[in-house]
Amino acid sequence: MRAAAATARLDAGLILGAGHAFAAPATLLLLLIYVVPVVALVWLSLTDYELGAVETRFLGLENFARALADPVFRRSIANTFAYVAIVLPGGVLLGLGAALLVHGRIRSRSVYEVIYFLPVTSTLIAMATVWQFLLHPRLGPVREITLALGLGEVAFLSDPALVIPTLAAIGLWQLVGFNMILFLAGLSAIPADLYEAAALDGASGGIDRFLRVTWPLLGPTTMFVTVTTSITAFKVFDTVRVLTEGGPAGASEVLLYVIWLEGFQYFRIGYAAALTLIFLAFILAFSILQAVALDRRVHY
Amino acid sequence: MAAIGLESIGKSFGSTQVLTDVTLHVCDGEFLTLVGPSGCGKSTLLRIIAGLERQDRGTVTIGGRPVDGLKPAARGVAMVFQSYALYPHMSVARNIATPLEMQRLTLAERLPLLRLLSPRRRRVMRGIMAEVEAVAASLQIDGLLDRKPAELSGGQRQRVALGRAMVRRPDAFLMDEPLSNLDAKLRVHMRGELADLHRRLGATFVYVTHDQTEAMTMSDRVALMLEGRIVQLGTPAELYDRPATVAVAQFIGSPPISLVPVSEQGGRLVAGGVRLGLPWVAGAATLGLRPESVAPVRLGTPGALPALLRRAENLGAEWLLYATLEDADATEIVCRLAADAHDAARAAGLLGDRLWLLPDPARAHLFDREGRRLVAGSVPHEAAA
Repeated sequence: MRAAAATARLDAGLILGAGHAFAAPATLLLLLIYVVPVVALVWLSLTDYELGAVETRFLGLENFARALADPVFRRSIANTFAYVAIVLPGGVLLGLGAALLVHGRIRSRSVYEVIYFLPVTSTLIAMATVWQFLLHPRLGPVREITLALGLGEVAFLSDPALVIPTLAAIGLWQLVGFNMILFLAGLSAIPADLYEAAALDGASGGIDRFLRVTWPLLGPTTMFVTVTTSITAFKVFDTVRVLTEGGPAGASEVLLYVIWLEGFQYFRIGYAAALTLIFLAFILAFSILQAVALDRRVHY
Repeated sequence: MAAIGLESIGKSFGSTQVLTDVTLHVCDGEFLTLVGPSGCGKSTLLRIIAGLERQDRGTVTIGGRPVDGLKPAARGVAMVFQSYALYPHMSVARNIATPLEMQRLTLAERLPLLRLLSPRRRRVMRGIMAEVEAVAASLQIDGLLDRKPAELSGGQRQRVALGRAMVRRPDAFLMDEPLSNLDAKLRVHMRGELADLHRRLGATFVYVTHDQTEAMTMSDRVALMLEGRIVQLGTPAELYDRPATVAVAQFIGSPPISLVPVSEQGGRLVAGGVRLGLPWVAGAATLGLRPESVAPVRLGTPGALPALLRRAENLGAEWLLYATLEDADATEIVCRLAADAHDAARAAGLLGDRLWLLPDPARAHLFDREGRRLVAGSVPHEAAA
């Protein structure tokens, strides 16, 4: 009896050991790839580390206090939120609208899918130079349109009031196709017999069909699209870097651009790490907020 | 309440002809079942009545008025789908209320936010909810009104779908295989409930199924469809006792009818070299024998077919004997015996590995080479008697 119990204990130990051994590589990789960098970032954010500096001081929360008082950083937060405020609703609604229109096409559907998806596959840096040419107040073709409309020469990228909406429009141009594909997948997953039941119940008009069936059943898709779109919008960087470099007069300085300046231009790594943590906190808070708010409405 | 008329309905999907010249009149208050194998066009026909599909040719009338130009909701019919098609995001109460909301609220009163401006809406919704509760109570789902469809069992969802159909008091109910997603036991139970419901409401029911048992047990009349046509229309008893073709005879009845090839010899029917006690009918090619129209008899009984017993199934009240005839094709033949008849036959030593099966001439069916029934009623033996 005792021998059997001992064997059972040994077996249990072996199984436990084998389990840990199997889980170890994945755990190790997770730690190495995700956890260690964040820990390093947190540590850096508490110091005045500069790239190549001989000695580093521990500052505690001084970097964060400085950031909150820093007018450049505060302006960049305001600019980023203005950008997100345009791109998030615009990206979701235009993506949904395009998906609804394209979903109704039968033979031409794939053509529209390709066209809308093209900006997603193109490199934004390269396309930004095209936009720069298009929007140039003297040379660009858009000038002809604004002149024809009697608006005169519009300096889209050098007017402080216009620069964020213009960058947002370019961001939307790149994003809408991706969202459209996600919404198309969501639309295809709605069972056809629900629309038929709705038709028999009297909900055959476009508005009723949309409100009774399409919109509620797209809930999970909408939630996903909203979260990814807001994260993409918060991370705006490349158009700013290529087209405006934060100008005119800081009117287009956004979070990621300021972090990049601090970290890779001024080499103030510690301060940049603190800003990055604040940026991550924003994204996390925003995602959780949306998940909680939408989750209640999309579960059935 | 309304009769439904279908006149020469034709429908193709691309180059595939799904329905060919279907004419059918469903009487007011009748329970009519469209039955047939999958792909026979029965569901398409139902969807044409509902207005979900547009026919290429022919007209549909409901209550005597043509409805071809009308939207599904304007036709006064309700439909129950195989998948139930409940709105997953709405409570049971809202699901059932939807048809009434669509009828009684204006578009503005149905819109989010805007609807809060209408004082009338609350009054109308109170009335609707009272009706929803009454319907739910009659289906015994009044305790589930706040649940979402995902929280219900298959049988409960089925009832919610029925409630959504009933709440509008439609002239006719269209049902597209409503029981096929339920387990066997619940299906038998719901069969009884649907028949009760039909009696209670007195409405016209058009019921689509591929299950001949459902067709036989619930219907006033059955329309058997094959390859886009109605092959036979009649009461369940007519379809069973006087099948118009071999295909009908094969489809109706479980276990299926046994088909024995026959030829002529000296004015009598011959099967597997045995002269049967049945007179020859010109053109006869196949003899159809229902399981209950053959019986085991003593060796050497005139007109009995020799067969090898392959398998015997005890169903409690009855036995099914599966045998093969000793002819060139080893034709399969099934014999149904009541339990006491089986015991008596066994006691008499009639159920060895080899047995003799005597067809009952009064209940045998004869078909010609094309599979058409040869004589209306039954074979001439009975006709002469």
